[in-house]
Amino acid sequence: MTDSKYFTTTKKGEIFELKAELNSDKKEKKKEAVKKVIASMTVGKDVSALFPDVVNCMQTDNLELKKLVYLYLMNYAKSQPDMAIMAVNTFVKDCEDPNPLIRALAVRTMGCIRVDKITEYLCEPLRKCLKDEDPYVRKTAAVCVAKLHDINAQLVEDQGFLDTLKDLISDSNPMVSHCHPPWDVSLSFLFAPLERMDPSICEQVTPRLSHANSAVVLSAVKVLMKFMEMLSKDLDYYGTLLKKLAPPLVTLLSAEPELQYVALRNINLIVQKRPEILKHEMKVFFVKYNDPIYVKLEKLDIMIRLASQANIAQVLAELKEYATEVDVDFVRKAVRAIGRCAIKVEQSAERCVSTLLDLIQTKVNYVVQEAIVVIKDIFRKYPNKYESVIATLCENLDSLDEPEARAAMIWIVGEYAERIDNADELLESFLEGFHDESTQVQLQLLTAIVKLFLKKPTETQELVQQVLSLATQDSDNPDLRDRGYIYWRLLSTDPVAAKEVVLAEKPLISEETDLIEPTLLDELICYIGTLASVYHKPPSAFVEGGRGVVHKSLPPRTASNESTESPETAPAGAPPGEQPDVIPAQGDLLGDLLNLDLGPPVSGPPLATSSVQMGAVDLLGGGLDSLIGGTNFVAPPTASVPANLGAPIGSGLSDLFDLTSGVGTLSGSYVAPRAVWLPAMKAKGLEISGTFTRQVGSISMDLQLTNKALQVMTDFAIQFNRNSFSLAPTAPLQVHAPLSPNQTVEISLPLSTVGSVMKMEPLNNLQVAVKNNIDVFYFSTLYPLHILFVEDGKMDRQMFLATWKDIPNENEAQFQIRDCPLNAEAASSKLQSSNIFTIAKRNVEGQDMLYQSLKLTNGIWVLAELRIQPGNPSCTVRLSLKCRAPEVSQHVYQAYETILKN
Amino acid sequence: MTGGLFIYNHKGEVLISRVYRDDIGRNAVDAFQVNVIHARQQVRSPVTNIARTSFFHIKRSNIWLAAVTKQNVNAAMVFEFLYKMCDVMAAYFGKISEENIKNNFVFIYELLDEILDFGYPQNSETGVLKTFITQQGIKSQHQTKEEQSQITSQVTGQIGWRREGIKYGRNELFLDVLESVNLLMSPQGQVLSAHVSGRVVMKSYLSGMPECKFGMNDKIIIEKQGKGTADEASKSRKQSIAVDDCTFHQCVRLSKFDSERSISFIPPDGEFELMRSRTTKDIILPFRVIPLVREVGCTKLEVKVVIKSNFKPSLLAQKIEVRIPTPLNTSGVQVICMKGKAKYNASENAMVWKIKRMAGMKESQISAETELLPTNDKKKWARPPISMNFEGPFASSCLKVRYLKVFGPKLNYSDHDVIKWVRYIGRSGIYATCC
Repeated sequence: MTDSKYFTTTKKGEIFELKAELNSDKKEKKKEAVKKVIASMTVGKDVSALFPDVVNCMQTDNLELKKLVYLYLMNYAKSQPDMAIMAVNTFVKDCEDPNPLIRALAVRTMGCIRVDKITEYLCEPLRKCLKDEDPYVRKTAAVCVAKLHDINAQLVEDQGFLDTLKDLISDSNPMVSHCHPPWDVSLSFLFAPLERMDPSICEQVTPRLSHANSAVVLSAVKVLMKFMEMLSKDLDYYGTLLKKLAPPLVTLLSAEPELQYVALRNINLIVQKRPEILKHEMKVFFVKYNDPIYVKLEKLDIMIRLASQANIAQVLAELKEYATEVDVDFVRKAVRAIGRCAIKVEQSAERCVSTLLDLIQTKVNYVVQEAIVVIKDIFRKYPNKYESVIATLCENLDSLDEPEARAAMIWIVGEYAERIDNADELLESFLEGFHDESTQVQLQLLTAIVKLFLKKPTETQELVQQVLSLATQDSDNPDLRDRGYIYWRLLSTDPVAAKEVVLAEKPLISEETDLIEPTLLDELICYIGTLASVYHKPPSAFVEGGRGVVHKSLPPRTASNESTESPETAPAGAPPGEQPDVIPAQGDLLGDLLNLDLGPPVSGPPLATSSVQMGAVDLLGGGLDSLIGGTNFVAPPTASVPANLGAPIGSGLSDLFDLTSGVGTLSGSYVAPRAVWLPAMKAKGLEISGTFTRQVGSISMDLQLTNKALQVMTDFAIQFNRNSFSLAPTAPLQVHAPLSPNQTVEISLPLSTVGSVMKMEPLNNLQVAVKNNIDVFYFSTLYPLHILFVEDGKMDRQMFLATWKDIPNENEAQFQIRDCPLNAEAASSKLQSSNIFTIAKRNVEGQDMLYQSLKLTNGIWVLAELRIQPGNPSCTVRLSLKCRAPEVSQHVYQAYETILKN
Repeated sequence: MTGGLFIYNHKGEVLISRVYRDDIGRNAVDAFQVNVIHARQQVRSPVTNIARTSFFHIKRSNIWLAAVTKQNVNAAMVFEFLYKMCDVMAAYFGKISEENIKNNFVFIYELLDEILDFGYPQNSETGVLKTFITQQGIKSQHQTKEEQSQITSQVTGQIGWRREGIKYGRNELFLDVLESVNLLMSPQGQVLSAHVSGRVVMKSYLSGMPECKFGMNDKIIIEKQGKGTADEASKSRKQSIAVDDCTFHQCVRLSKFDSERSISFIPPDGEFELMRSRTTKDIILPFRVIPLVREVGCTKLEVKVVIKSNFKPSLLAQKIEVRIPTPLNTSGVQVICMKGKAKYNASENAMVWKIKRMAGMKESQISAETELLPTNDKKKWARPPISMNFEGPFASSCLKVRYLKVFGPKLNYSDHDVIKWVRYIGRSGIYATCC
């Protein structure tokens, strides 16, 4: 039987001939004809004109013929919806065929016919098939629901297929309830680790690391990577997991090359997140001569990431080999890698430089150019160390034809002009073809000549004139012109300032310039094994439209193994109909679950999406389980709130008095200087610094946002994670105008203490998410506790005594505040302005004893005894704190210390 | 969720095109053809993104297989599927070639429908598929009702890889321990890197649903069992090996391996790969290569290479081939070897020395004089390593099969009745010595 002949018919009048054959009486001839039709279809010919004739062949007991007709139907039904209805009857009939294979075939094909008119007719047969006695038919029907949902989600819901599906989840047959074992790890166990932070669950995942299917292995790796996020590094268990992860990852490298590539892209993420996993495995990343180029390039990347002092000698030897290979890209990358090793491992810098010099001696054009580019970087990292090699570099000046290399060389000449005798000649030689150079080279040349002029002003005046006029008068490039004018003006108005600007000391370049940005890295870790991890891009960057986003809001299927979940639990806005994806890639589901909130664009005012953002913060704060279960950490700070009755009234009068006495400090409690909370490096150029203030009863967060990126930032929003003292913003983050590059804006964000409570570690930890048009960023900060000290924190004397006695002694905490030269009055008034009230004062044996009280926003009272020894040369103040919630004492003490010392 | 699957010939003509999802259009077929196949470059990445559509592609001889998607799919799974697809096709009609694919295109469509429904991979175990998808079309017309339901329960069953009711007159099983030894050695004989990647392939012809238990000289198990006298224990520990990592066929109960390190399973019928292992410790290198290269002036090169076999004298290694690179400016070579045949192959810039058979604990030598043309190439000859190929009945990782027990509640035969065969085959992977 040679079916290949069907591919060769290309003569004219073919369609007509086929038509005749399709209507033939002979079965064999019919079948032949249909095969020809399918072959033409495959090649891309339009055979839709034959639709009625092909559908006529459908009524047959020959299964092969039937399958062929079905295949045709799937392809063309859409273009001939009216005709397609003709097929419905056969489907309905086939769904009742005694042979389960035919029933399954019918239901499978039905789902693939994406014609609205037909879909309605399909519901009845589908319903029957979902309850079929045969598991194979049930399984196929379940997939069909997914298909149907893709066409018409509403219909699936209306017809109640979801409920039927849910019954299937508890099906006795594993193939129906789960996915096929070799392909998909059963869902229930994958989700289990997220519900509880329990190592025993992890023990269920770790065996999967020995599965022959690398998709299963990578999914297990992903779960464990997420799990480790929640573990403290000191735990023995953490170490055990680290050890368990390395071997399977190495084993993936002996798979077929395409899988190796997927594995390597993932390992690249893993070593950035947790380099300790593979730090001893450097050798396995050495390139083999028969590796495909894409594997070689990825291995090289990982080698550099794992390079350390311990293995650098080996790595360098390898890299030197690679630099002599054939593939140009690979060689370039190897040369560049040598430079990166020099920058990363200081001890190896010298060896790297000499290796690079050896390579330059080979005179292989692209090797030389690449070497010069990296040597420039080495100069930036170790100034005044390797400049002796400049002479060698200069010898190769003429062979450089790539802009990057030319620019690098010019930079070197300009930067070290004072050490190169003929620097002016060298630069002048470049100047001849100035207008043919690329912008990169032109800019560099301009700067280099200005540097040269500043260093050797006497001989180079003419040269600088020449370059300035070339850049400003003869160039169309605005960047170049602007830079030219700036230099010109600088030089003509204030040469000293010009020197300071142009020859300013440059910051050292950082070790790793190509690391993935941490928030993106965390997101990608959640996508291990998927396409996102291969591209190193979030799915939103390559998945079209809303589908990916919708997927993210899939209700946690965690419960689905028990099939107890009701559709009402689905978050609002997510079509509950997403459930019928019965056999989703487990990776996606899990990824979705973990990522619930990292991706979706936050639209509208941030408050409306608070639940979404909270989750995101939780994820990074390490409280994964609060995202999913939220049962572990939630414990209100204190249940027992002592003696908050009566006191405020009694102290009203003295409050008034106290207020007036502290004239200077009336404005409010102590304000700590601003600290940088979110460095620009971690937030794609957005820098946030801030502090907390309390003024006349209201707390606010004073923020300073600086745009250090090159693009304008807009659409700011802020959200807090739940925290110990229910701090929450009362208004959206108001940034009125877009924040342009290098602009700073100051904002005071009013806070309330009516948010929801979650005990944090440490107690005063606050996790914040800030969003702008670029991304969502997370940071956490510690707020000083005194912003929570309320104004009516003065306790009645009697009450104080009673409460002091009442609180058990084990709740008393003793602290020392050193180097505090204040006397009792000064201390008292200082503390008062931060709402710590002195109730009584005594002098015992030359010591001043201050008895004080304060109340937190959540009603917790703290009582204090402050002992000050006026004549004490060490200026130590002793503080005893008593409180029913002793965990706050430490933080109250810190508040005391900051207030007294500032 | 794969959106579609295409198969092309080397010219980029479509042989098979199956689209599962609406987001993949006919233009995707052409996009891949134009951007990847017609680009005629070395593949720079097995995953290509063209206009927001991702193509996962592999090549078998000159046939391209591409899975297409617009979603964030599980990449590892897609490739695993493509390999599996190749395995299944190969199991049905042999080599994957344009002709075979064209000859079987109807059948391939049938297969694609079954193993990738709506883009979700389904059961693709060849043994099971063969029960209901055949090249002669589906047998169904002639099947009884019992047979049909047996097939469907098989396809969806807990043990998807084995059907019920298998019967053999003679219960027999074959175990092949296949290893490939990789080595990189310095000229001074220092091991720079060495590892053995091993596979245990099993062919089982067993009736019913047999439970099997496989035992090897894994250090961890032996230490766990640590019974007997101290002397015995230390002896067995010496013979045991430390495996770096192993992976198993889906039939193996992984949790049991994780907890007890025991390898238990119900095997598929016929041939399958039970396990893969990777070993880097205590490897016995079957051959030592001792090179001696001397440059005499700049026109002559003297090469002497000694190979020593390092395994039991009773064993014979075969297909031994030593490849000694020569400089690019070689004009002629004179070779003398004690054993086998050697000749200079100018197109490969190497001398190739072939020996048909060699027993253990022997040594052999080759010496050659290479005439060099004068050259003004300043670049020094990089001296690529001497590489070697061989095959022999030994396991370089020292892995030993200790037992393979067959038992089961409903079997009408016992472990003793099963005829068992064990074979060790060691081959060279990349086996190179620097000179």
